[in-house]
Amino acid sequence: MAEEIKKGLVLLDFWVSPFGQRCRIALAEKGLPYEYSEQELLGTKSELLLRSNPIHKKIPVLIHDGRPVNESLVILNYLEEAFPDAPPLLPADPYARAQARFWAAYSDKVYEVGSRLWKTKGEAQSQARAEMLQVLGNLDGELGEKPFFAGEKFGFVDLALVPFMPWLTPSFERYGGFSVAEVAPRLAAWADRCMERESVAKTLYPGEKVDEFITLLKKKYGIE
Amino acid sequence: MAAKEELKLLGVDVSPFAIRAHMAVVIKGVSCEYVVEDLSNKSELLLSSNPVYKKVPVLIHNGKPICESLVIVQYVDEIFSGDGVPSILPTDPYERAIARFWAAYVDDKFFPVLRGIVLALTEQERVEKATETLAAIEPLEEAFAMCSKGKAFFSGDSIGYVDLALGSLLVWIEAIRRMYNIEIISASKTPRLSAWAERFGESAAAKEVLPEVDKAVQFGKMLEAAASAAAASK
Repeated sequence: MAEEIKKGLVLLDFWVSPFGQRCRIALAEKGLPYEYSEQELLGTKSELLLRSNPIHKKIPVLIHDGRPVNESLVILNYLEEAFPDAPPLLPADPYARAQARFWAAYSDKVYEVGSRLWKTKGEAQSQARAEMLQVLGNLDGELGEKPFFAGEKFGFVDLALVPFMPWLTPSFERYGGFSVAEVAPRLAAWADRCMERESVAKTLYPGEKVDEFITLLKKKYGIE
Repeated sequence: MAAKEELKLLGVDVSPFAIRAHMAVVIKGVSCEYVVEDLSNKSELLLSSNPVYKKVPVLIHNGKPICESLVIVQYVDEIFSGDGVPSILPTDPYERAIARFWAAYVDDKFFPVLRGIVLALTEQERVEKATETLAAIEPLEEAFAMCSKGKAFFSGDSIGYVDLALGSLLVWIEAIRRMYNIEIISASKTPRLSAWAERFGESAAAKEVLPEVDKAVQFGKMLEAAASAAAASK
């Protein structure tokens, strides 16, 4: 019997994943209906996930009319292009788009470097701390006095970066011994501003919940 | 009258990332000033144009810098388009997503282990990285079949996004073969990629941009030495 292709959008995701949250915020901003499918990541991965993302076996996966799109930034670009009538998140000007793509990719560093803060100790952790301060400084500098990264409107870079904020505060801050409000004050204010948007407020979990999750991961991986 | 388009590309001959950007510009048939940087003595222009990474390539278009090779390639594809101008990314959104996925795979999964072969401090580490690289190329062999649909390149009839992402590494893949006798792409293990690699190298853009393999070998020896020195000084 032929398998019926499921029409519409399905998002394979994990509740606290900041990469999944990028997609959820984009879908909400664009007003695109979708089915949210919570995946079991700490146990056995589902057949659907393994089939949809055989290479990385990771979420988020966006399935559109039965066809999977993997990698959060690839998904964000796909949503821009596959739904041209929905409100755009990238600017229209090619140069501004290039800047947006650069900084959205750069924002991945917050998570990469931040993860090293809780996974390592000693020299490795100090190095991660130094790198994190640089990353936050660069982001704060790029934002400058603007309300959002592209200017007046909430867009691509904002939604790529904002899901990492509850990981920064309180967790990465505590593991790294720094304060976002001190080292990147404009970024801290920007985070509060983003939380005023419904799509962001309804998607992100409080920092305390993320902190609990990190503690759970540490136990699971036997990290002191 | 339209303002004169001024394009300047800061790069290094052997950098796969600079190769991507350079080939993209050549494919589009636009004139561009290519500036070779001395990585041991980076120019003011490079440092001020790419303050975040201080790396090549940087494309400077009418005085404005664009950084990161794949961002540059997408930018060049967007601004130089239209009748008769070859496209680098496909037009269909889903095909674009597939192309972006595989380019990201090359950068995130393939390149780090390939580079690890050169930077390895011990023979054991080198063998480990070689094994990982051989495993990492397999999905690309499969991807070629899926993406090319029987045609010459990942993108079809002409060089496109994934071709640039992976093709820019061919000089290094060949350099590694000469330096360590490790074959990442071979007619026996990866026949599709092997045939594709030849076609890539024969293309006009590749002939114009790709450096001699020996240049990469020389650079590789320098990287080896630097890696050993860094480890010894710890």
